[in-house]
Amino acid sequence: MDGSLRKKIGSVATWGLTFILMVVICVPGLWVVLTAFRPNGEVLAKPPVWIPEDPNLNNFAKIFGFGADQVAIPVPAYFTNSLIIALTSTAIALLIGMSGGYAFARYRFSFKNGLFLGLMLSRTVPGIALSLPIFMIWSRIGLIDTKLGLIIVYVALNVPFTIWLIDGFFRQIPKEMSEAAQVDGCTRWQAFWKIEFPLAKSGIASAGIFAFLTSWNEYALASNLTRSTDSKTLPVGLMDFTAQFTIDWAGMSAMAVIIIIPALILTFLVQKHLIAGLTFGGVKG
Amino acid sequence: MAEISLKNVVKRYGKVEVVHGINLDIEHNEFVVLVGPSGCGKSTTLRMIAGLEDISDGTVSIGPEVVNDLPPRKRNISMVFQNYALYPHMSVRENLGFGLKIAKHPDDIVAERVNEAAEILGLGELMERAPAELSGGQRQRVAMGRAIVRHPEAFLFDEPLSNLDAKLRVQMRTEIKKLHQKVKTTVVYVTHDQVEAMTLADRIVVMKDGYIEQVGTPMEVFNHPVNTFVASFIGSPPMNLLNATIKGDQVVFSDGTALPVPTRLADLVRDGQEVVFGLRPDDLTPVGHGIAESGKNAKLTLKIALSELLGTETILYTSISGQEAQGKMFGPRNVEPGEVLEFEVAIEKVHLFDAVTGKSVRKQ
Repeated sequence: MDGSLRKKIGSVATWGLTFILMVVICVPGLWVVLTAFRPNGEVLAKPPVWIPEDPNLNNFAKIFGFGADQVAIPVPAYFTNSLIIALTSTAIALLIGMSGGYAFARYRFSFKNGLFLGLMLSRTVPGIALSLPIFMIWSRIGLIDTKLGLIIVYVALNVPFTIWLIDGFFRQIPKEMSEAAQVDGCTRWQAFWKIEFPLAKSGIASAGIFAFLTSWNEYALASNLTRSTDSKTLPVGLMDFTAQFTIDWAGMSAMAVIIIIPALILTFLVQKHLIAGLTFGGVKG
Repeated sequence: MAEISLKNVVKRYGKVEVVHGINLDIEHNEFVVLVGPSGCGKSTTLRMIAGLEDISDGTVSIGPEVVNDLPPRKRNISMVFQNYALYPHMSVRENLGFGLKIAKHPDDIVAERVNEAAEILGLGELMERAPAELSGGQRQRVAMGRAIVRHPEAFLFDEPLSNLDAKLRVQMRTEIKKLHQKVKTTVVYVTHDQVEAMTLADRIVVMKDGYIEQVGTPMEVFNHPVNTFVASFIGSPPMNLLNATIKGDQVVFSDGTALPVPTRLADLVRDGQEVVFGLRPDDLTPVGHGIAESGKNAKLTLKIALSELLGTETILYTSISGQEAQGKMFGPRNVEPGEVLEFEVAIEKVHLFDAVTGKSVRKQ
């Protein structure tokens, strides 16, 4: 067997393996999307019907209260809650992450290493393990079923990660950049906004995406801490499709699609930064 | 344009003192080079002048004003960093104009000054490029351009050439020298390279362990080093420093080899004094291969351990009384290891240092 043939076979094998892996990863997602466009009966058909026989938007219409059948699920309220909670907690986590990351990257202070280690260790505790204590404290101080309650939890969940990520990005910017800017006439604050922030932008965007997706998709804690349309988020709302004896799989899938779309849009919008951010280490200034 | 004055300047990090009360007056338009091995406090001193490090004690003045409490932007200085610190997200033009824009100069002044600097440094075609698209030497030039556009009181250079390859370093050295002649501004330049110090400086400040060892013109520092440290640091290859004892009017080495005490130092040494005998390799040359010069020369017969051919000269590694020494052969021929040659020692060029204090023996 000559070399080029062997190379060809190797390449085919690699692509084949990649294809199989991607199928394994994508099929559940694809199933959800397909199911969103078919009636519930077809979902449970045996043998399975892969391609919807009569694709339609009935499930979406039901969710949003158009047409004859309606599901009594306040999706617009959930959507608004999700958006407010995810955006606010992301903004706060980014602000804290930028200040903290900058401080860890640039300043010397006592207990710096211990503090950093502590932040990282806090990531090792699964969030759900804290749900009971949080529930008890929140119920005492009246934060159960409020957006604020969830925002605080998500900020706490995201801050260690954003600090860690953003610290790494600021660390890669030589401190001489900011010093040069200060000699050039900037205040420390100007040096940050004009030089260091633009250079760390990709990293900050990546941190923002991760924080947003964490808050947007989180289910376990939200299901414990929310009760009503005042604060329930979309993932929690999914459970509204389960009744005592039936599950509206089609409706649930339609709602899942609604949850996925904003996350997809956001990721596409910042993907340039995301890729630049995640490969930052390989680029020399 | 201003003089810079350091009075008893101290730098401490916590309890560790790294600069111990140094005093230095830099004159208007003078090119001063701070030189010393790494960790000697030269960069810290420069950064204190720039305002990038707090001054723990003492005062730094630029012009008539004490600047201890002024932030860098109010000191009207420019600095060129070792890694250039160009702003990667801006073009060369924006890099050059950044300081002027921050100072809110009108656009036409910015454009004019940027073009002026670009012309001085030959940056014309590079103006729209990003720093990442420039070679090391070009980046260095942009960094210098960024320093000159603001017409500062003083330029500070922090090891600006150490990231360049050897050939480019020599070229940029000349450019810095030319630049200083063109823009005539006070310059404080930090380097660990004594060749840079010798070639660029009006005055050299030799530092070690947070102290100033000697301040003087390159010739003064080279010809009259105040102690063994300066003697060994300035000059390449370094001065040979050999332990010896004064006996009468002779310097005697441990194996009995004796050389006369230079006449200019005869009255300054005492019988039995332990000294360090300092001899530059240029002054230890095989007979017939020295720099033609009249004067009293002594002769030594030495065995060659190794020779390094440099072209116009050859460095000869030998030993005097068991202590390693280097000589130079001008107009060289091939020398085999083990060959025995007769050397001339330019006695009047010899330096003597006290063995205990390391200080130069000289008229006070």
